[in-house]
Amino acid sequence: MKTRKRIFDSSVYAVLIILSAVFLSPVFVILMNSVKSNFYISDEPFSFPRGEKFVGFENFVKGFVQSDFLRAFINSAFITVLSVAGIVVLTAMAAWYIVRVKNRFTKILYYLFTFSMIVPFQMVMYTMTFLAFELDLNSVLGIVFIYLGFGSGLSVFMFSGFIKSIPTEIEEAAVIDGCDPIRTFFMIVFPILKPTAITVAILNAMWVWNDYLLPYLVLGSGENRTLPVAVQMALTGGYGNKDMGALMAMLVLAILPIIIFYLFCQKYIIRGVVAGAVKG
Amino acid sequence: MHKTLKKYFPVFVVPVLAAFLVSFLIPFVMGIYLSFTEFRTVDASEWVGIKNYISIFTQDKTFLNSLWLTVKFTVVSILSINIIAFSIALLLTRKLRGTDFFRTVFFMPNLIGGIVLGHIWSLIINGILGFFGVDITYDPSYGFWGLVVLMNWQMIGYMMIIYIAGLQNIPEHINEAAAIDGASPLRTLFSITIPMVMPSVTICTFLTLTNSFKLFDQNLALNGKSAETSLLALDIYKTFYDHTGLRLAEWHGIGQAKAVIFFLLVAVIAFVQLRATERKEIEQ
Repeated sequence: MKTRKRIFDSSVYAVLIILSAVFLSPVFVILMNSVKSNFYISDEPFSFPRGEKFVGFENFVKGFVQSDFLRAFINSAFITVLSVAGIVVLTAMAAWYIVRVKNRFTKILYYLFTFSMIVPFQMVMYTMTFLAFELDLNSVLGIVFIYLGFGSGLSVFMFSGFIKSIPTEIEEAAVIDGCDPIRTFFMIVFPILKPTAITVAILNAMWVWNDYLLPYLVLGSGENRTLPVAVQMALTGGYGNKDMGALMAMLVLAILPIIIFYLFCQKYIIRGVVAGAVKG
Repeated sequence: MHKTLKKYFPVFVVPVLAAFLVSFLIPFVMGIYLSFTEFRTVDASEWVGIKNYISIFTQDKTFLNSLWLTVKFTVVSILSINIIAFSIALLLTRKLRGTDFFRTVFFMPNLIGGIVLGHIWSLIINGILGFFGVDITYDPSYGFWGLVVLMNWQMIGYMMIIYIAGLQNIPEHINEAAAIDGASPLRTLFSITIPMVMPSVTICTFLTLTNSFKLFDQNLALNGKSAETSLLALDIYKTFYDHTGLRLAEWHGIGQAKAVIFFLLVAVIAFVQLRATERKEIEQ
C-alpha cells in the first residue's frame, strides 16, 4: 500500500513538473530570443542563444531607446496609480452613501452601477471616445477620470456588498461624539473596508495596467501612449524589416514588472482575484 | 445619521457619478440612439430606423461568421479550460509538498496583458508552423486553435485557484466515510467531489464564458489582421475603424447596431448566470 502511494505521488509530481515546464516555456522562449541577434529570431525561434547568435543586452538597449520605452512605462504607471487610488477612495465613499442613505434615488444609482458591469466596452467605445475628445479628457489626467467612471460599476458593487454587512452602531456612536460624515468615513468606515479595498485595488490595477483599447482610442499612439499601446505599435506598425531583437526585449521589459510585482504580493493578488470572481 | 449624511451628497457621490455619466451612461444612451442612425461623426447623424439591423444580415459579410466563430471558440474554451483546470486542482489538493510553487507558476500567465500575450504566442505559433513552411494566416483554423491554446494558457491557472478553494471546502470526513464504505477513487470523484464543487463549476463556467465571448486584445495581437479569425468584439471594432470613404456613415451605423446586439447577447448570458447562481443558493 505504501509503495503504491509513493509511486502514485511520484507520478503526480512528474505530471506537475512537465505541466510547469509547458506553462513556463512561452516566457522562456521570449527571454531566450531577447538576447539573440535579429536574424535568428524569426528563423530559429527555438534555438539557444549560443555563439554568434548571442548578442548580450544589445536588444534591450535598442528596445529601450527605439520605443521610448521609459516614457510609455511612466505613462502607464502614472495612470494606473492615480486611477486605482481614485477608484478605491471615491467609490468606497459613494458606496457608503448609497447603502446608508436609503431612498429611491440611491437605489436607482445602485442598479445603474451594477448594470454597467455587464455592458461590453464595444457598446460605448465610439460614443465615449467622442465625448472624451469633446470634453478635453484625452490627456493622461483626463483618462484617469474616465477610468474612474468605468471602474465604478464593479467597485461600488463590491464595496456595497461589504458595507451592508457592517453594523451601523459604530458609525452612529461616532456621529453622537460629534464627528461629521467625512471624518466618520475616513476614521471609522474606511479602515473597516480595508480587505475589500485591497481586492478592489488589485482588480483595477490589473485591468488598467493591461488595458489596450481605451488608452489607444483616447490617448492615441503619440507621446501619451501607454505600455500596451507601445507594444502593439512596435509589433504591428509598418511593414518592411522589423527589428525583432528590440521587439523581443520590449516584450520582456513589459512582463518583467508584472512578474516581480506578482512574486512580492502573490498572496493578496490571488485572494483578490478569487474574491472578485466570486462576487462579480 | 441619514439626515446629516444626505447633505454630503456632493462630496460622497458627485465625483464618481460625474465620471460614470461621462464615460458610461451618456455614451451608452447615445450608442443605443445612434444604432438607429447613420453617422459620420457622433454629432452628425441621420435617423434610418432599423435599417442598420437589417444591413448586418444582408450587406455585412462578416458578422454572422464572427458570431459563429465566437460561439465555437467559447464552447471549446469553456470545456478545455475547465477540464484541465479542475484536473490540476485535484492534483494540487493531494497534500503534497511544494504545491505552492506549482500554484504560483500556473497562475502567472493570468497577470500578463492580452496584447503582450498575443505577441508572445504569435512568435511561438509562427515558430512551430515555420517548420512546415507556413504561418498562422495560412489557414483560419490555425488562428482559431492558436487562440484556444492562448486562452487555455492564460485562464487555466485562474480557474484552478477557484477549484482549489472549492475542493478545500469539502469536509474531510465525507471522503473518509466514502473510503470506509469501499468507494473507488473514481466513484468518489463522480459521486462526492464533483457534486460538492458544483458552485465553483458554475462560477468558472461563467467566467470562461464571458471572458471568451468578449475577447479582444489577444485576438487583435495574435491574428487580428484576417477577417476570418476575428471574434465578435474585434469585428465590431473593425466595422467602426477599418472603413473610410463615402459609405463611412453607413458603416458607423452598422457597427453601432452590431455593438447593441453584442451587448444584448452578453446581457442574456449575465441574466442566465444570475438565475443559475440564485437557484444554487436556494438549494443550499
